[in-house]
Amino acid sequence: MTEKKEKPEKKEKDEQKFEEALERLEKIVREMEEGSLSLEQMMAHFEEGSKLVKYCSDKLNEVERRIEILLKKGDEIVAEPFEPPGEENT
Amino acid sequence: MDADQRKIYRVTELTRRIKTLLESDIGFVWVEGELSNLRRPSSGHLYFTLKDDTSQVPLAFFKGKQRGLTFEPKDGLLVRAHGQVTVYERSGQYQVIVDVLEEAGKGALQEAFERLKRKLAEEGLFDEARKKPIPLLPQRVGIVTSPTGAAIRDILNILERRFPNLHVLLAPVKVQGEGAADSIAAAIDYLNERAGMDVLIVGRGGGSLEDLWAFNEEVVARAIARSRLPVISAVGHEIDFTISDFVADLRAPTPSAAAELVVGQKEMFEELLTQTARRLERSLQTFRLELKNRFTAASRSYAFREPLNLLKQYGQRVETSRVNLGHSLRGALRERQQRLDESGLHLRHRVDLWHKAVAQDVRRLKSQLRALSPKAVLERGYSITRLKDGTIIRTAGNVKKEDVLETQVAKGVIESVVSKTGGAT
Repeated sequence: MTEKKEKPEKKEKDEQKFEEALERLEKIVREMEEGSLSLEQMMAHFEEGSKLVKYCSDKLNEVERRIEILLKKGDEIVAEPFEPPGEENT
Repeated sequence: MDADQRKIYRVTELTRRIKTLLESDIGFVWVEGELSNLRRPSSGHLYFTLKDDTSQVPLAFFKGKQRGLTFEPKDGLLVRAHGQVTVYERSGQYQVIVDVLEEAGKGALQEAFERLKRKLAEEGLFDEARKKPIPLLPQRVGIVTSPTGAAIRDILNILERRFPNLHVLLAPVKVQGEGAADSIAAAIDYLNERAGMDVLIVGRGGGSLEDLWAFNEEVVARAIARSRLPVISAVGHEIDFTISDFVADLRAPTPSAAAELVVGQKEMFEELLTQTARRLERSLQTFRLELKNRFTAASRSYAFREPLNLLKQYGQRVETSRVNLGHSLRGALRERQQRLDESGLHLRHRVDLWHKAVAQDVRRLKSQLRALSPKAVLERGYSITRLKDGTIIRTAGNVKKEDVLETQVAKGVIESVVSKTGGAT
């Protein structure tokens, strides 16, 4: 297990950063679409925009897909891969 | 007493009198007791007795009245019957003719439900202000339910189909019967202590009121109320409401819906991001096209015509090869993207790839633009000559003897003084 100790405040901050990045990206694209930027500004905008796309995409996919079940092993509780039950169980 | 004055009833008369007395004085009643001695002859009528510790009452439930019956009558069940007390004349036995029969246990549960609901509502546990927002991008989802139930299967089905990157942690609990409520409450507490969780789904699949009962118990309600993590309740079907639903930060009508709630948001963001990335790319392409048009227009102007003929040709060559290159690159990219899509790879890879291709495109564009700029013209041996005030000299008539000129060449500036002019037009 490679669980990071994350406090909920940190999580909220992360989400805030994600939302801000998305908003900034929106703004950049809008300005680029308006067509009043110089070549240099255009390039700078595009570069920043591309970075933001990557940041947001990474944020969305930060965690790997994993399905685990908590099991009691002696005094300890451990997480192990979980196999979903078959159709016959209801 | 004189024998003649004795009032002698005929049997039928007496029976009628007793019957009238019972029907008028007692009439319709509710009676509760344990169902026993159930008989069900081929007529479809039901005959049974209700008993408690010391007495019993016979009842008849005729077929025509049985339509509203919501359970299967069985010996030993605690039931409530509504009906008229009367006498069965043939046997002289009194009995209750039932028109409504319901499970007494159900009524008792309903009462307990209402009582707890009132109590917790008064404490403010259902207040909107207490409700925590569900995280925008949950990554670690704790699920409190049975590991073999319908709920976990439904939830995982949704997650399987939508394929989000999520870490799901199942806390297996008993969801009905003895000790279920305590085990649910303990799991909620445990997941709150565990690091890194973002949101909890607490629930189970559909069932009878008794089956869902654990989610109506105070220990579960209290555990949800004190949970630091937002809780989504997902108990039974759309129509089932439990105390847990009222205390939870969000009620999902079913376990599947809870899973949708968790992944839906993320999908929306992914969609939004893909769209914005596309717009970003398109706006640069549009800009590039405009730049090209401006260049073409400028190159037609008088000042540029002569020296730029060569450049124009060069520019066209560059443009053609750029377009070709762009086409083949985009074609290759599209093909690769399609292949990626087909193999089910995730957005991240697509964006990475796109990011690389675009970065390459930008580098190429930059060098092309540079090639088209005046600086590149200078590099091929042309120069620009200005007066001190920066005016570009286009005709000899613009300068007179002794004027100081600045001539910009590819590398550096030459200052010179006019000694002679001529050929001005």
